[in-house]
Amino acid sequence: MTTYTNPDKTGRYGTFGGRFVPELLMPALIELEKAYEDAVADPAFKEELNKYLAEYVGRETPLFHAKNLSEQLGGPDIYLKREDLNHTGAHKINNALGQALLTLRMGKKKVVAETGAGQHGVATATACALLGLECVIFMGDEDIRRQKLNVFRMELLGAKVHGVSSGSATLKDAVNEAMRYWVSNVEDTHYILGTAAGPHPFPYIVRELQAVIGTEAKKQIIEQTGKLPDAVVACLGGGSNAIGMFYPFIDDSSVKIYGVEAGGHGIETNEHAATLVAGETGILHGTLTRLLQDDDGQIREAVSISAGLDYPGIGPEHSHLQEIGRVQYDSITDEEALEAFQLLSQTEGIIPALESSHAVAFTLKLAKKMKKGETIVVCLSGRGDKDVEQVKARLEGK
Amino acid sequence: MSSKELEQALRNTLNRGTKLFIPYIMAGDGEGGVSNLENRIRFLAEAGASAVELGIPFSDPVADGPTIQEAGLRSLANGTKLQSVFDALQQFKEKSPIPIIFMTYINPIFKYGIDAFFEECATSGVSGIIIPDLPMEEEQLVHPACKRNSIALVRLAAMTSTKERISELAKRSEGFLYAVSVTGTTGARAEHASNIGDYLQELKEISTVPVLAGFGVSDADQAKHLGSFCDGVIVGSTIVRLFNEEKEDEIKQLIQNSVICETSV
Repeated sequence: MTTYTNPDKTGRYGTFGGRFVPELLMPALIELEKAYEDAVADPAFKEELNKYLAEYVGRETPLFHAKNLSEQLGGPDIYLKREDLNHTGAHKINNALGQALLTLRMGKKKVVAETGAGQHGVATATACALLGLECVIFMGDEDIRRQKLNVFRMELLGAKVHGVSSGSATLKDAVNEAMRYWVSNVEDTHYILGTAAGPHPFPYIVRELQAVIGTEAKKQIIEQTGKLPDAVVACLGGGSNAIGMFYPFIDDSSVKIYGVEAGGHGIETNEHAATLVAGETGILHGTLTRLLQDDDGQIREAVSISAGLDYPGIGPEHSHLQEIGRVQYDSITDEEALEAFQLLSQTEGIIPALESSHAVAFTLKLAKKMKKGETIVVCLSGRGDKDVEQVKARLEGK
Repeated sequence: MSSKELEQALRNTLNRGTKLFIPYIMAGDGEGGVSNLENRIRFLAEAGASAVELGIPFSDPVADGPTIQEAGLRSLANGTKLQSVFDALQQFKEKSPIPIIFMTYINPIFKYGIDAFFEECATSGVSGIIIPDLPMEEEQLVHPACKRNSIALVRLAAMTSTKERISELAKRSEGFLYAVSVTGTTGARAEHASNIGDYLQELKEISTVPVLAGFGVSDADQAKHLGSFCDGVIVGSTIVRLFNEEKEDEIKQLIQNSVICETSV
């Protein structure tokens, strides 16, 4: 059996990936690659990161058997990997903390980051507050409107939040501005990219820092059920919680892996964020991947109720996993995600993030095709506190 | 005009004792969209430009500052398509009076089809290409097609580049070497780093093609200052702004005041 070894030295996952950035940034990417290699080889780095993950973030996060939901569906047993129980409320802190420690190793004192739903921004601002780094966050004006609470949290944590009004004023545009800021301040600033996308080595570093999700989940499901799961499920915008969950299972051929994109108003309406399901190959934000674009190569705006998923690109590793058929990608509409949001709240007392609700909604469908005794592990990537106001307005028809 | 002819055209200007001045314009920006392209190129040629850098709009231009970013959005709102730019260039009654160098991001090229794109460049009289998000590590994606169609792949050197990278970029560059003269995006700057002269002179010493400074060059004084260390300058945001404000006279003055005779220095 071949073992999955991506990426190669050029940052390629099959044909995807690479480094499509201005020359100004190349030395910084090479420096980052080197810094990460050095860090991985240094037991002190791992020890420090693990200490923070355990004592500050609250790892390991539980794997919870959602009995009520499983019984209601009458099929397989559903297990939730509770990344929502992390400090700051989402998986994003795993990556932000790791990269903040790398920032210190590189001797840099400032950090820039982009954020969609605000979870990555909050996680980055948190890690920066903890480690004494200056922090600048770019966030689309539309997302600022949707996620006011997270903006306040970032500011409370000492970060400077800059609104971005260009384009769709969402995550894509925040990434553009963060990259521009990085281009202008690269000498003393590290860009903590929030997802497993962007130029090499970001997709690789983010995967490695998020793989803790799948590694723990694998150990926990075996402890609880005595076997590997039959399926794992995660939602994806850029794809960091998904790749973190999937990666440790890639070589386990008996495990079916499913990635769930935001179908927005429906794939057929063209108003969605389903990059892998309905996108094309292209180059955005430094990486060759699948993306949403028009006939002229202009990037199309992604649409989703979930601020964290409406990104028109995707991490290159997911494009590769789709191409080789290892992971199946599907999409869930806003309406389906809203139903799952309510269902999980009512059956298990867990209010999931709208992002994670996409994964839950897909699991409800998947469960109908599976048998009793089989198991599904779902990554509950974040909690829904940040979304309740928006969901309330939507449900009240505002 | 081929890659070699582009370099030769620039050298001919330099041999006359004149520094190079390459204005940047955004294709499809302004009244009439791409239909004004021929007029603008002819205007710039008459004003004394050595060549023109023609921007192709892209929705997500991460190397550009607000002025060029907004020009790109105006152009897209005017309905500019890559094909419409090619068509406009092909409608020149005779070939362009000055060399045309495209500047665009990699995705529009990739989407159009790399081979088709460079073939179309060749038949449209485009002689060079600048792709700011294509570092040398990735240039194999387009370089064979550039070579086949004799389109110069202009490399960009940055102030953050290491000595090894700078020397490799200088060795590889075709047509000219684009010296990015700020650590940042395109757009006007009040001043440049104090070591800018050393950086440009170093590039000039090792490069076998002309060296032009670009990014953040906004007025004739800066153009003359930076031009004194290399072969000339590229001015983008100021030209784009002046066209947008319909101040063509100021463009003419800027070019004429920037292009200084070496003999008079």
